[in-house]
Amino acid sequence: MQRPTLTRRNLGEMVMKRIMQGALVLVMSTLGLIVWTIISRGLPSLTWEMVSQTPKGGFYMGKGGGVLNAILGSIYIGLGSTMLALIVSLPIALALNTYVQQTRWQERIRLMLDVLWGIPSIVYGAFGFTVMLTFGLRASLLAGIVIVALVILPIMIRAMDEVLRRMPTDLTHAALALGTTRFEVARHVVLRQMLPGLVTAILLAFGRGIGDAASVLFTAGYTDRMPTSLFSPTATLPLAVLFQLSTPFEAVRERGYASAFILTILVLVVSIGARWLSHALSRYTIK
Amino acid sequence: MGIFEIRSDAGRDTRPASARHRQDAIAQRWSLRITFIPLIVLGFVAIALIVRAWPILQTYPLIALLFGTVWKPSAGQFGLWPFITGTLWVTSVGVILAVPPSILTAIYISEYAQTRTRLIIKPILDVLAAIPPVVYGVWGLLAVVPFVESVLVPGLSGALGFLPLFASNQPTGFSVLAGGIVLAVMITPLIIAVIYEILHTVPNDLRQASLAVGATRWETIWRVLLPYIMPGIIAAIVLGASRAFGETIAVLMVVGNVPKVPTSLFDTAYPLPALIANNYGEMMSIPLYDAALLMVALVLLVVVFIFNLIAMMILRRFVR
Repeated sequence: MQRPTLTRRNLGEMVMKRIMQGALVLVMSTLGLIVWTIISRGLPSLTWEMVSQTPKGGFYMGKGGGVLNAILGSIYIGLGSTMLALIVSLPIALALNTYVQQTRWQERIRLMLDVLWGIPSIVYGAFGFTVMLTFGLRASLLAGIVIVALVILPIMIRAMDEVLRRMPTDLTHAALALGTTRFEVARHVVLRQMLPGLVTAILLAFGRGIGDAASVLFTAGYTDRMPTSLFSPTATLPLAVLFQLSTPFEAVRERGYASAFILTILVLVVSIGARWLSHALSRYTIK
Repeated sequence: MGIFEIRSDAGRDTRPASARHRQDAIAQRWSLRITFIPLIVLGFVAIALIVRAWPILQTYPLIALLFGTVWKPSAGQFGLWPFITGTLWVTSVGVILAVPPSILTAIYISEYAQTRTRLIIKPILDVLAAIPPVVYGVWGLLAVVPFVESVLVPGLSGALGFLPLFASNQPTGFSVLAGGIVLAVMITPLIIAVIYEILHTVPNDLRQASLAVGATRWETIWRVLLPYIMPGIIAAIVLGASRAFGETIAVLMVVGNVPKVPTSLFDTAYPLPALIANNYGEMMSIPLYDAALLMVALVLLVVVFIFNLIAMMILRRFVR
């Protein structure tokens, strides 16, 4: 066995490998840096008051209170929009994989959904607000839910679609051979077998909805009160961060960092929870 | 029934076969129609924006709006050029910074990394993609803006300030460069994920053939894989650019938002999405103001739509 000699070609191999490792380290350390920045600046300002109270008078000048209204508002908007998007997404994703037989049409619809995925949320936000102006509606929780649902709709359909595509054809054929209709296969077999993946898709869309700021800026509005009705303005966590950071008072900005920390934790919990839940649910599928 | 009873909900359906088949037929008839719902929504959005932006498009020629340099809505001047250039600057810087590390990282994860490393890195990238824009904005405000202000301005501008690109015309770190860095970090996971997926579609025969004739692994990547996936890389870049183009909150937190055409990396910028976010919802009494802002939204919609369409049509060639 001869040791490889250090030719120009081997040197190129070594150098490029090191450069690629360097790029990987750069990307990973940037992520580390972001997490560390948010934790190191957010955690010290995080108090129980922050997560248990609504803003009191003079909150934006450094007086007491918290952002409970925004946390709840974000959760309401996330849940509401996910629910709304789910009602539309699930039938579409199932239909796309059960009934739309021509691959040509399937591919066209997938292409459209992929294109829609990237439409900036500020466009939906502006659209929502101009529609509300036309009908004389105020900013409200309901408007926020509807617009965020529009933003996450293509994401959810496409994520579900990717899951349903992996449905084993054997199972479908076995069910059809027993005399079931395709509707019954979709409803009773596909839905159960693919449940873990669908849950992940739903939670991913929820995570996206809860963190989006540009779409709720005009549609859900902002208020210091707790969200109580579908028809009143509702605060959201991303906007709470934005508004606290735009004040000149350091104490308020500190709380803005803490709010960003809360939002990050919320999104990470959803993101990691999605993986765990999907894994836990896969016990009930046919392997 | 009896011993052949199927233990599931489907088995308990006692309706006559005709009813079950009618249900199937109805579902069949509606299935293609409901899949167009997202497209119909997009149609509504586009129509609403066109209708509301129409007044300003009738009052001023499109060229004057796009290339006008003065933005004074109260005086009836709606020149969007400073905002368009702001967006182009920030997007270009973000894409240029993001692309090289993204390509190299994707190749490394796909071609070199062990399965164990890959299993750790992929979820981390997914998490990176799930972090909300406003959190990237906070990071930009806390880390990037001070870094630009205290390290890059003295360093780069001090050494290369004679070039207009690196000239330092204002004292803060709120700049094109800060916006570009934040955008670069935001679109990196997307570009990596797309290129990684494409590398997976490359037939293994190609790699093995190249290695069999004595090429090193890097030579295989450089001479075989890269030419093969080049259209896909371009699509990934276009996709990243389109994401950066429409990003609103994270960018508006770090670019300074001064409506002036930037000429240097260290100038402030005022991108189009930030213009909508900062002004829509207030000062609606000024005539044509809201039409102007909705025209901006329309421009964003059209540009991103075309970018995405091109990227996705290219990517379709790889996935079947």
